[in-house]
Amino acid sequence: MARFIYADNAATTPVSKSVLEAMEPFYTQYYGNPSSLYSVGRAAKKPLEQARETVADCLGALPNEIFFTSGGSEGDNWALKGVAHEQAKKGKKHIITSKFEHHAVLHSCEALEKEGFEVTYLDVHSDGLVRTDELEAAIREDTAIVSIMYANNEIGTIQPIPEIGAICKKHGVIFHTDAVQAVGNLHINVKEQNIDLLSLSGHKFHAPKGVGALYIRNGIKMPNLIDGGAQERGRRAGTENVAGIVGLSVALKEACANIDERAKRLTKMRDRLIDEALKIERSHINGDRVKRLPGNINMCFEGIEGESLLLSLDLKGICASSGSACTSGSLDPSHVLLSIGLPHEIAHGSLRITFSEQNTEEDVDYILDVLPKIVAHLRSMSPLWEEIISGQKKYSQKIF
Amino acid sequence: MAYSEKVMDHFANPRNVGEIPDASGVGEVGNPKCGDIMRMYIKVDGDVITDVKFKTFGCGAAIATSSMATELIKGKKIEDALKLTNKAVMEALDGLPPVKVHCSVLAEQAIKAAVSDYYKKKGIDPAPLVGNIPECESCACDLH
Repeated sequence: MARFIYADNAATTPVSKSVLEAMEPFYTQYYGNPSSLYSVGRAAKKPLEQARETVADCLGALPNEIFFTSGGSEGDNWALKGVAHEQAKKGKKHIITSKFEHHAVLHSCEALEKEGFEVTYLDVHSDGLVRTDELEAAIREDTAIVSIMYANNEIGTIQPIPEIGAICKKHGVIFHTDAVQAVGNLHINVKEQNIDLLSLSGHKFHAPKGVGALYIRNGIKMPNLIDGGAQERGRRAGTENVAGIVGLSVALKEACANIDERAKRLTKMRDRLIDEALKIERSHINGDRVKRLPGNINMCFEGIEGESLLLSLDLKGICASSGSACTSGSLDPSHVLLSIGLPHEIAHGSLRITFSEQNTEEDVDYILDVLPKIVAHLRSMSPLWEEIISGQKKYSQKIF
Repeated sequence: MAYSEKVMDHFANPRNVGEIPDASGVGEVGNPKCGDIMRMYIKVDGDVITDVKFKTFGCGAAIATSSMATELIKGKKIEDALKLTNKAVMEALDGLPPVKVHCSVLAEQAIKAAVSDYYKKKGIDPAPLVGNIPECESCACDLH
């Protein structure tokens, strides 16, 4: 009966077979430094540039607008700090972002605040979405950059990116989006959606960890994050991780080739899991029911704690994650769940399940078989659950 | 999170889960905002803890430390139960990750809280016998 189900694809994904096969020659045969003029160097340079074209194509960008990085965190740091420092020269020292961005964005903003930049952190509403009117109202003469994530990594909610792009264009403000969770799952076109900078990371779509890209629209000037050699047209130093980059381009192309079919299949699995799991007493879905990534399920179960939920699932072979404090390694539960208005103790009882191409309907069956029993078991041990069902503890329905 | 086998055993098969309806003393520590609540019920006969049950809302370490704590005091004299330290609970579990040490502190406090309640019910001032039960220092919530 015990199975192994990997249901934490928002955290990372396995490298797919085709990606691994595409990468291997660049470790063993075409391992040359792309900057070297001899045979094995040239043999690495060409695929590097082909990979760039592929990535550009998938995003609706030009190849010379794609810069390879070490991943999403680097892309976010570079975009925010680069644009902020450049725009500060013109007296623009205001940044707009949202309260539930990834820490790579939030902590970059905090670092910029220490340098004297002013940051507006937009509220996220209980549906897990920012409001475009609030964003527009926050834009000032001295706004250097707006950074709003395409889809949230914890609750999967999809932000109104094209509308935000249009607003930023109207006001002449640079718009960056952390699209790490969205790339490969949603149709993205940086020109049509008026996106000026976009971060992506390979390990979220079956490419290896340690490789990503930052799209920077032509014409946007900004200092380098990493200085050194002349790689990436002098804008991002470091000998290129050709194997990783080739892997990333193959993975991205594959993901983008069947976005719609995969979305259809995963949405069906997601919805079945949510609908059935919501039958568990006092359970709630976090974030908009519909405007969320096809494979993302994020729920709270009153009266229990996330780490013990995950440990129990792990004992049954299921890998998932949670927003509880114990799992975040801090004393507060996930800032994302707090930003949508959940009280601490409800946020502690959260569960995130994220499916990929490799998950099946049988996985959903198994999870649905195991989950209610685990919740019931933990509740039978919980003094908080006792208080909840005896009516001593009440939560306002407005928060859900 | 590197939990020892003993911790995982007490998590997967917790001992003494439940309630004692006519308990001699009940102690509850922690708070939901922090993500940790432990409640201990003790039945005392003479000066021996003849039965003990617990309920815990919390992580793997919280459940394991409460379970182990109940095992360590069951059948013991009250004065011995009061001597139980969080270190003893941790050692019995073959150690805890540093970030989980405070769970063992909570378990020690839950026992003291239950014994305090027992003394109060008997009209005895618990303070000189049990001592102070300090707030858990690792909790940064503004509830305190």
